[in-house]
Amino acid sequence: MEKFYIPSGCAISGIISRQGRKMSGEVIVKSIAAMHDRSNGLGGGFAAYGIYPQYADHYAFHVIFDSKQAREETDAFLRENFQVDESQPIPVRHTPAIEDPPLLWRYFLRVDPRVLEVNGQQVDEHDYVVSRVTLINDRIPGAYVASSGKNMGAFKGVGYPEDLGYFYRLEEYEGYLWTAHGRFPTNTPGWWGGAHPFTLLEWSVVHNGEISSYGINKRYLEMFGYRCTLQTDTEVVAYLFDLLERRHHLPVEIACMALSAPFWKDVERMEPAKRELATAVRQVYGSGMLNGPFSLIIGSARRMVGFNDRIKLRPMVCATKDDLVIMASEECAIWEVCTPDKVWAPRAGEPVIAELEAGVVA
Amino acid sequence: MIIGNVPAEFIVQVDRERCRRCKRCVLNCSFGALSFADGVVADHRKCVACHRCVAFCPESAITVVANPIAYKENAHWTPEVRGAIWKQATTGGMLLTGMGNDRPYLSYFDHLVLDACQVTNPSIDPLREPMELTTYLGRKPNSLDLSYGMDGEVRLATELAPQVKLETPIIFAPMSYGSISLNAHKALARAAKEAGILMSTGEGGLHKDLYPYSDRIVVQVASGRFGVNQEYLEHSAAIEIKIGQGAKPGIGGHLPGEKVNQEVSETRMIPVGTDALSPAPHHDIYSIEDLSQLIYALKEAIRYTRPVSVKIAAVHNVAAIASGIARAGADMIYIDGFRGGSGATPMIVRNHVGIPIEVAIASVDDRLRQEGIRNSVSLIAAGGMRHSGDVVKAIALGADAVAIGTAALVALGCRVCQKCHTGNCAWGIATQRPELVRRLDPEEGAQNLVNLIRAWSLEIKEVLGSLGVNAIESLRGSRERLRGVGLDERSLRVLGVKPAGA
Repeated sequence: MEKFYIPSGCAISGIISRQGRKMSGEVIVKSIAAMHDRSNGLGGGFAAYGIYPQYADHYAFHVIFDSKQAREETDAFLRENFQVDESQPIPVRHTPAIEDPPLLWRYFLRVDPRVLEVNGQQVDEHDYVVSRVTLINDRIPGAYVASSGKNMGAFKGVGYPEDLGYFYRLEEYEGYLWTAHGRFPTNTPGWWGGAHPFTLLEWSVVHNGEISSYGINKRYLEMFGYRCTLQTDTEVVAYLFDLLERRHHLPVEIACMALSAPFWKDVERMEPAKRELATAVRQVYGSGMLNGPFSLIIGSARRMVGFNDRIKLRPMVCATKDDLVIMASEECAIWEVCTPDKVWAPRAGEPVIAELEAGVVA
Repeated sequence: MIIGNVPAEFIVQVDRERCRRCKRCVLNCSFGALSFADGVVADHRKCVACHRCVAFCPESAITVVANPIAYKENAHWTPEVRGAIWKQATTGGMLLTGMGNDRPYLSYFDHLVLDACQVTNPSIDPLREPMELTTYLGRKPNSLDLSYGMDGEVRLATELAPQVKLETPIIFAPMSYGSISLNAHKALARAAKEAGILMSTGEGGLHKDLYPYSDRIVVQVASGRFGVNQEYLEHSAAIEIKIGQGAKPGIGGHLPGEKVNQEVSETRMIPVGTDALSPAPHHDIYSIEDLSQLIYALKEAIRYTRPVSVKIAAVHNVAAIASGIARAGADMIYIDGFRGGSGATPMIVRNHVGIPIEVAIASVDDRLRQEGIRNSVSLIAAGGMRHSGDVVKAIALGADAVAIGTAALVALGCRVCQKCHTGNCAWGIATQRPELVRRLDPEEGAQNLVNLIRAWSLEIKEVLGSLGVNAIESLRGSRERLRGVGLDERSLRVLGVKPAGA
């Protein structure tokens, strides 16, 4: 199908228990539903972490199929490239609010170490999985990998987020980290793959805003072998985190500094060592810098990161309650799920990083 | 006399009623077109339309018009074509000219339009919000290594190659002392320093008067090696190996002995009055491995303290050439399109050799990205940048910065009469005649240049704001923000730009 680049406004929300306590999906559905008016029913979705403890070592692939043929083709491709230990439809509850859903399937996969040796050279397992995901999205018409990380999954589609939560029976899942997105595209997509979150391996991204630097971010990522197949600006965020954190080993604060760089005038005021670092990060990663209005929540196995564009052209509020950290487009989405200990609005470009406490096993 | 008198190109009209016979025009005309005999008398054939007399007549009594004389109309055998043949038939020489290609080739710039924000992404007001144009030229690694201190502090472990900081992504193009005057050089150097950008010596060496500006000067090493010694290399912000020039790709240069006065002779390190010949190739560069040797010889000479650039003319295979240059160790590549200027060039080469900068920069940027080495060099686009719109489009196509030569000279008064090669520039720019050089005040000239850079920078900020971004990096190579109007599909593919409406 034809895929369009669609600018949109949105709602986002995220919650993490720093002690790794499991929460039912109900919590995040309540939070995002409070911001109903920020969506228009043309897209919504959730990312959940810690939901598949029985398959914690498996790559959990959530795949969206437009047709039976796409499923068969993907099935064959996965069996050729992975050890498929489980393959099942994602359980859903039909509701009139969700029209004409596609086929939704999940696979629990392992990588046979033998496939990682190509001509005597060792291929990185993550790179291998990323390249297979790219191949499916790129080459198999009507198939789209919604998520591919371990012990996590993305549940997304066309509809209001609360209706999608009901449809996907999210109250039946238990996770320590949830993010959500409600979409207000300015154009009609009608495509389930185009909804948020966007994911790659363990990274998931929900995004309110528009990345005006998409053109160069995409070309920059292509230089490192990423293919931006979705024609949407948000996927570049997932790939940039994958590149900066996983492949370039940058700590999350520095990755955020690269993506939402401090202004030169502020860099000049830093003490010398920090200035040198900030200058080099900007010089080297300038093409990856995200520009334009956005607020983002990025989920990963041990961490939730929220941050804004450099002049905060989109809203984001954060809060803590005991070991919970909550981030949302609007404060109401926080009060809807708890009475917070502390609420604050992070400054432009300043990342808020909420990590599992040391020793907590995800 | 078979051909007889060839009609003058221009007619100088002096309004007898307004003229008060002050003779200022006669004194100002450096081409000998005006004289005084009971009133101003014009030898129309000598007029080059440099407008010096027009600009300095206190009574506005002078008009220069194109000679209306009719030629039998012929779309193929234009008057220029016929005039060139007459000249060559009578002299047997190559036709020389100055400045860049003036033929009406398609301008890709004029068929590219920019995006702007509406509703879903707010545009940014550059008067209220910071708008960043700072640009660093030089080799960058693909990633950074960090170290972690005892205090948990993250520190930079990678030692970056030398970088040159620009306040705005515009630099002055190389124009040699010799082809232009010392006053013009001084104006460029002062302006570069004040505006936080760069000027370039061109291939004529660096006059000692410019030493105070050396942290803003690119020193060129060209095939003639004029003025090159250790001291010269040390007085620089960057070093550039000049391989080619947009106005004359593949050929060398020739500064006539008449222009080699005492000062030029000292700066170029050649005897007074001798012709300064730049060979077509560097006689020590016959392939890419030789270039690499020179790059590293220069880096060694300055102990790796400054970036080394390589300047080439945009020719058909520019992408592969640039890739080779990047791999040969260059930190910057300066690409000069076929509209690039020159103090003197054979007309045949200027008008027919090379390719436009728009397609050159697009294909080079593409190639370097395909090979994963885009970070290893900075790209300078040059060759006919007329206004900030061209600058913005060149950057969106993939340039790190652009260089302006002709535009800078126009800011110094140049009328683009294309007679630089005669050495008679009435504006004191492309001349060594002391009485003409004196006409260009370096300080006022520098102010004009600073104004121009400031004006263009403001315009670039305005455009960035309308695009909803606040840093030049977010425009660089972002071809998504460009659309083509009236370009064919092949051209669009080369430019990597979608057609308007898509």
